[in-house]
Amino acid sequence: MARKSSTTAKVVVTLAAWTVGLLIFFPILWTILMSFHTEGDAIKQPWDMLTSPWTLESYAEVQTRSNYALHFYNSVVISLGSTVLALIIGIPSAWAMAFVPGPKTKDLLMWMLSTKMMPAVGVLIPMYLGFRNLHLLDSLTGLVAVMTLISLPIVIWMLYTYFKEIPGEILEAARMDGANLRSEIIYVLTPMALPGIASTMLLNVILAWNETFWTLQLTTHNAAPLTQFIASYSSPEGLFYAKLSAASTMAIAPILIMGWFSQKQLVRGLTFGAVK
Amino acid sequence: MNITLRALLGATVALTLAGMAHAETTEITVATVNNGDMIRMQGLMDDFYSKHPDIHVNWVTLEENVLRQKVTTDIATKGGQFDVLTIGTYEVPIWGKQGWLVSLDDMPADYMKDDLLPAIAGGLTVDGHLYASPFYGESSMVMYRTDLMEKAGLKMPDAPTWADIRKAADAMTDKANEIYGVCLRGKAGWGENMAFLTAMSNSFGAKWFDADWKPQFDTKPWADTLGFYLDLMNADGPPGASNNGFNENLALFQQGHCGMWIDATVAASFVTGKDSTVADKVGFALAPDNGLGKRSNWLWAWSLAIPAGSAKIEAAKTFVDWATNPDYAALVASKEGWANVPPGTRTSLYANPEYQKVPFAKMTLDSINSADPTHPTVDAVPYVGVQFVAIPEFSSIATQTGQQFSAALAGTTTAADALKAAQDITTTEMTKAGYIK
Amino acid sequence: MATQQSRIAARFMVAPSVGLLFVWMIVPLVTTIYFSFLIYNQLHPERQGWAGFDNYYYFLTDRSFLIAIWNSVVLVMGVLIITVIGGVLLALLMNLPFWGQGVVRVLVIAPFFVMPTVSALVWKNMFMNPVNGMFAHIAKGLGLQPYDFLGHAPMASIIGIVAWEWLPFATLILLTALQSLDSEQQEAAEMDGASWFSRFIYLTVPHLTRAITVVILIQTIFLLSIYAEIAVTTNGGPGTASTTITYLVALRSLYDNDVGGASAGGIIAVILANIVAIFVMRMIGKNLDA
Repeated sequence: MARKSSTTAKVVVTLAAWTVGLLIFFPILWTILMSFHTEGDAIKQPWDMLTSPWTLESYAEVQTRSNYALHFYNSVVISLGSTVLALIIGIPSAWAMAFVPGPKTKDLLMWMLSTKMMPAVGVLIPMYLGFRNLHLLDSLTGLVAVMTLISLPIVIWMLYTYFKEIPGEILEAARMDGANLRSEIIYVLTPMALPGIASTMLLNVILAWNETFWTLQLTTHNAAPLTQFIASYSSPEGLFYAKLSAASTMAIAPILIMGWFSQKQLVRGLTFGAVK
Repeated sequence: MNITLRALLGATVALTLAGMAHAETTEITVATVNNGDMIRMQGLMDDFYSKHPDIHVNWVTLEENVLRQKVTTDIATKGGQFDVLTIGTYEVPIWGKQGWLVSLDDMPADYMKDDLLPAIAGGLTVDGHLYASPFYGESSMVMYRTDLMEKAGLKMPDAPTWADIRKAADAMTDKANEIYGVCLRGKAGWGENMAFLTAMSNSFGAKWFDADWKPQFDTKPWADTLGFYLDLMNADGPPGASNNGFNENLALFQQGHCGMWIDATVAASFVTGKDSTVADKVGFALAPDNGLGKRSNWLWAWSLAIPAGSAKIEAAKTFVDWATNPDYAALVASKEGWANVPPGTRTSLYANPEYQKVPFAKMTLDSINSADPTHPTVDAVPYVGVQFVAIPEFSSIATQTGQQFSAALAGTTTAADALKAAQDITTTEMTKAGYIK
Repeated sequence: MATQQSRIAARFMVAPSVGLLFVWMIVPLVTTIYFSFLIYNQLHPERQGWAGFDNYYYFLTDRSFLIAIWNSVVLVMGVLIITVIGGVLLALLMNLPFWGQGVVRVLVIAPFFVMPTVSALVWKNMFMNPVNGMFAHIAKGLGLQPYDFLGHAPMASIIGIVAWEWLPFATLILLTALQSLDSEQQEAAEMDGASWFSRFIYLTVPHLTRAITVVILIQTIFLLSIYAEIAVTTNGGPGTASTTITYLVALRSLYDNDVGGASAGGIIAVILANIVAIFVMRMIGKNLDA
């Protein structure tokens, strides 16, 4: 990308980027706005809704009705725990496949991805029975285990992609300087792959955070994460959009913060000029 | 970064272990749907705990379909995750027959079993045993805009016929001003459009199956039902009706777009409540009929049942008793007024002069009483259920036929094709399931 | 670069993930295959026995089967096209310097944060509803007739919703890939007089092919198993216009409680997904090593 950018270009780009960003964000913005109104006002036409009284009533109701803190804690443990575990197992695997590829590497990658092809509804009963027998129903351990296994293929794939970008020469140089494998990975590879690891982590935490099948099927109250918190606001008979919006906003807020910090990692680029 | 990773992992494991280690008292897990009365009950738990401090209740609140499926999985695999279930008049006959539920014949005296409304109790009894305790009962009725009827110069009879409804809808429709004479369910689903259409078909003399379990979609009564429904909706219904369920129609009515709405009696409290822009302009009438002896209203009760595999049956029974005996109604009334007492379960409630003052109480009671799940149709049938057929296969069959009828409403298939498809689907499924020899 | 020692080390490093995933795959797979040959319905425990290939037969001859395959493919293709093209463009935009870069990046990634059920509900009721929705409102403001999106164009509407949800995923991966674009090479080309466009075609796009391939492969896997959005908006209707293979399996499993049938459906879905994956790999697989 050109170093010098004229101010006009920057203004144009800023306008374009903000327009696109706001358009994409608009439905979420609307959800957040709805959460600050009563049920009756939330469904009104745009201008009517914005001018009707703003209230925290939906949030109050959500707070009294459900245990946000417990669900939040469960979500954090499940999402963060499974992603971190998947990274720990996945980084070495991705390293191996990226830098020491064998003839079977691509097949191995495809096979890993294929473990995600079975529709979850199809294996619900075998899984439920298995969990029942292992006394893992409604437990954080069981859920972290399942989510780690679900995330592992994606984590490995994404890390593999980013590792392939890193020229092998840098790692070789480190090795010739006397670094062993372990420190090669920890001290040379990881810092350079930081943007990749950051975005892998963010995306997988989100995937785990929003996973609605296993988190609803394998838990009841102890290990229920925010997905159940939100799902409990879907009412069969009775409007719930304002409350659902409030619950959703409360569920997204932590991720928005995490997203903010992760995307900061994307500002730093890798300067491969260093190779020379 | 690596140190942070390690610390994070360590903290995660420690927290997980700590979370798992907390001890349990007599805890019962109650699975429930997210409806207003249940929410209210959760808010009144102080009363329960003051009477039974040794029992703690864990609530699992989910959307109806997810709940049903989760509970079924758990019961069928003997997972033991739940002690009290909120299930409906569809599941109780099926599960009771399977022996999956604990019979509630031996409830304490203050439970007053004979006080239960006969229609509701009938839907929850199998072979003479009561398998669930009704907590909330509903039927369906007509809600209409009194101002629009007046403007059209019409009066709604208390017990209208379908012809009356058509006339009123035609008169009230003003599409240019986004007023639609009638809003009805159209979204595909066994509990969505098919619940409504099945109940409607009863009033046209139709039935799902004959005595040999052969589907009846190829008969005139069903053709009449679907034909009338489509005509009415095409002339006087809102656009996008093929995706409208209860909540979508509720939104439309509350915003003033519907002249009439035929749906669950619980809607009455919403359309006259604070979120409605037409709250003071609503009248009620019984669900329409065609003079054949059955009206088109349905019958549903959310009830509390105890799975046979629960390890805490006594505690569960105590809870079920508290939540559904007549004292609970008095409790709700004292805290939130009579209008908020869960409707449709007990005769004593409707005999109570205080409750009789609630605007739509009588209409709800009349509607419930005029629906008989054990004899839902004009002709005799081998099944029970007013707006459903209490066989396990029904939810899947009716979802698929519901898709066909919703397509007919959207205009992507003709009524004749939809009926033929419904007939094919149902015949295939019933043969596969072994009902049709 | 790959010495004998590092090859052995590599095998050790891959072993844990391979081992875990193998168990994770094999146990459910074997049980599902086993169940698919049984008569096993949770609501009819009295019916037991061997079903042979009956479950498969019923699934394959279901009147909605062929439409479901078509809809599944349409859904995947539709979303892929929108997210890959849109993702590349957005990633390029997000990579340029402008004021408030951080905030806009979060705005663009935000749709991925929302639970799919909630997204679908908001889109269905707040935007696409022909009476109350915002699109209808805008149409009426312009003097046009509101369009019944979910009634008359169900698959297109669902593709739109799902593409909105997944665009951030593609954008983020592609943006990350752009970070490793060699800026020196770009500058050298620019100084040699190459236009922005040819720099894009000859430097940027080749660099992104691997990332695009990964996006396509991962998204395909997820898109094949989309369920919540369909159930919330159209429930597979009108008719079978938005029924996909996953929805059919869900019908068997969640409504019918027919474990045998759902298992057979699951196996068939896996076979179909594998066919799709092989097809996709054949088309773009070589880009993985580029």
